[in-house]
Amino acid sequence: MSLLTTNYLSPTGREEAWRFTPLKRLGGLHDGTAKVGERESLSLKSGASGVSFERISRDLAPSPTETDDVVMQRVREGAHNVATLTIAANTEVAEAITLSRSAHGLDSAEFSRVRIELGAHARATVIMENTGDAFLAEDVEFALAPGSNLTFVSLQEWNTGSTHLAKHHAIVDRDATFKSITVTVGGSLVRLLPSVEFIGQGASCELLGVYFATEGQFFEHRMFVDHKVPNAKSRVNYKGALAGQGAHTVWIGDVFIRAAAEGTDTYELNRNLLLSDGARADSVPNLEIETGEIVGAGHASTTGRFDDEQLFYLMSRGIELADARRLVVRGFFNEIVTEIGDAVIQDRLMDRIDNELAKAGS
Amino acid sequence: MSTLEIRGLQVSVNTDAGAVEILKGVDLTIKSGETHAIMGPNGSGKSTLAYSIAGHPKYSITGGTVTLDGVDLLEMTVDERAKAGLFLAMQYPVEVPGVSVSNFLRTAVTALRGEAPKLRTWTGEVKDAMEALKMDPAFATRNVNEGFSGGEKKRHEIMQLELLKPKIAILDETDSGLDVDALRIVSEGVVRAKEANNLGVLLITHYTRILRYIKPDFVHVFANGKIVEEGGAELAEKLEANGYAEYVGS
Ligand SMILES: Nc1ncnc2c1ncn2[C@@H]1O[C@H](COP(=O)(O)OP(=O)(O)OP(=O)(O)O)[C@@H](O)[C@H]1O
Ligand SMILES: [Mg+2]
Repeated sequence: MSLLTTNYLSPTGREEAWRFTPLKRLGGLHDGTAKVGERESLSLKSGASGVSFERISRDLAPSPTETDDVVMQRVREGAHNVATLTIAANTEVAEAITLSRSAHGLDSAEFSRVRIELGAHARATVIMENTGDAFLAEDVEFALAPGSNLTFVSLQEWNTGSTHLAKHHAIVDRDATFKSITVTVGGSLVRLLPSVEFIGQGASCELLGVYFATEGQFFEHRMFVDHKVPNAKSRVNYKGALAGQGAHTVWIGDVFIRAAAEGTDTYELNRNLLLSDGARADSVPNLEIETGEIVGAGHASTTGRFDDEQLFYLMSRGIELADARRLVVRGFFNEIVTEIGDAVIQDRLMDRIDNELAKAGS
Repeated sequence: MSTLEIRGLQVSVNTDAGAVEILKGVDLTIKSGETHAIMGPNGSGKSTLAYSIAGHPKYSITGGTVTLDGVDLLEMTVDERAKAGLFLAMQYPVEVPGVSVSNFLRTAVTALRGEAPKLRTWTGEVKDAMEALKMDPAFATRNVNEGFSGGEKKRHEIMQLELLKPKIAILDETDSGLDVDALRIVSEGVVRAKEANNLGVLLITHYTRILRYIKPDFVHVFANGKIVEEGGAELAEKLEANGYAEYVGS
């Protein structure tokens, strides 16, 4: 057991960052009352040469970027080690590197720190598979050296009852590219904070995500892209579907273009498909711009129901309503799911989406 | 031999300001092998007729009947009408993001035939149908109607007509927006479908040009929500010369 000594200011729900999150359902992760175990459940499933995975004592690990998120502060105080995946400079890893977490129980929480580091001009795809029962607060940091290229796929396929809070913070240096594809389809409460900090010119990121919340599930994705240097490019595209009583999703897209960030090019998009009554999708894009010398900055957010014209068109060709809905929903997610680039995972997700839709009924 | 029979059809559209009556009693009978042209001014209700027969949810049937071979179509869901043998080539075909043409066609033909087609023969059928309409094979992997030009959408509609083999087809302004060559290619597709399946056609158009390729047996003038005159192919020539002045107004 870790003994948490610091007195943090626990959120009350009135803070901007917490205003959508049902604090009562966090199991005490936010106010320090959660019982914390000593588990380290992350393991390397498939590696490659030029790739190392080790647990480093936090005293020896690089210190993480400051955060004002109380849960992450507690994680940093509680976790002794940092699970560190390193891809050496100039290494190109052809096959995806898979990290997995599974079935670690709901009795006590796990505080986990992860660091994924790419040396200069390294290139890799890392998939983080999350399955089983989770009571997890996770602080993940990515450090992308100049010219490196990382595709990061995180799959939240937790069992019902799971609670997962995580920060995914990417520090992207000159001419490096960070692409993340976040999939959240399982768990009772998932709150992810993907953030990107550009520290070198010519850096770029693409943050993609899909989520599907059904009865009683709460999924929050809260982005922050910090353009603090010139000539960086960011793209955000999250798509979600909701069905069933009490299904609730939150998407926040904060993009900050600082005065120094001339030549910034950014666009963020969130689209939600409401498949039944009783579900709620909150979507808040937010652009803060301190310089006018930019290439482009825009955002869009839509929340809608099935398009009658699309369903009519498909049905007029003999396709039954349930199949037409399935085609439209698969089509809706297709653009992002295909970006994962792994047929097995893509098929599994599409099947899962079919099932969620079928469960939701028509 | 099939017969689509429309009797006293009255239809209103639901608007924010309440229901507005559009069709005011339409009578029309279309048999296999026959071609009926409907011509009429903008807003007279031609598309409303087409959509109502196909079952678009926007319209409410307030009176009359529509049967196919004696079976009530109005009681059926949209897909059941298609399975009964009805096809609608739309004036404005709908884009379906993320759904490829080949997936769409395979799903449709599986639904209509009640079983999945044999992969090899089906791939050949699709290839032939696309070739016949001079469509690039790349369209098979594109999303349904997404980013298609106006003319490409119309070709895609007629390609479906040939592949899905309905008994009765309603073509709503399939000729609008087609260049001279495309008009011929698309018309030939309709004629092929007629010959292959003894298709009955209800062809809604504003122009006589398409009627040179697809010869109508009957021409109906549509105005103010009903058929106001009927004749043979010569009626179309007269309309082209004189317009609709004598039919509109009250
Ligand atoms: N939602 C609606 N609210 C009000 N009027 C409507 C609505 N939908 C259709 N209408 C009206 O119904 C009438 C018939 O429309 P329809 O599309 O059937 O005409 P059309 O004969 O096909 O015309 P066109 O030759 O221009 O294609 C039009 O006057 C149209 O404005
Ligand atoms: Mg029309």
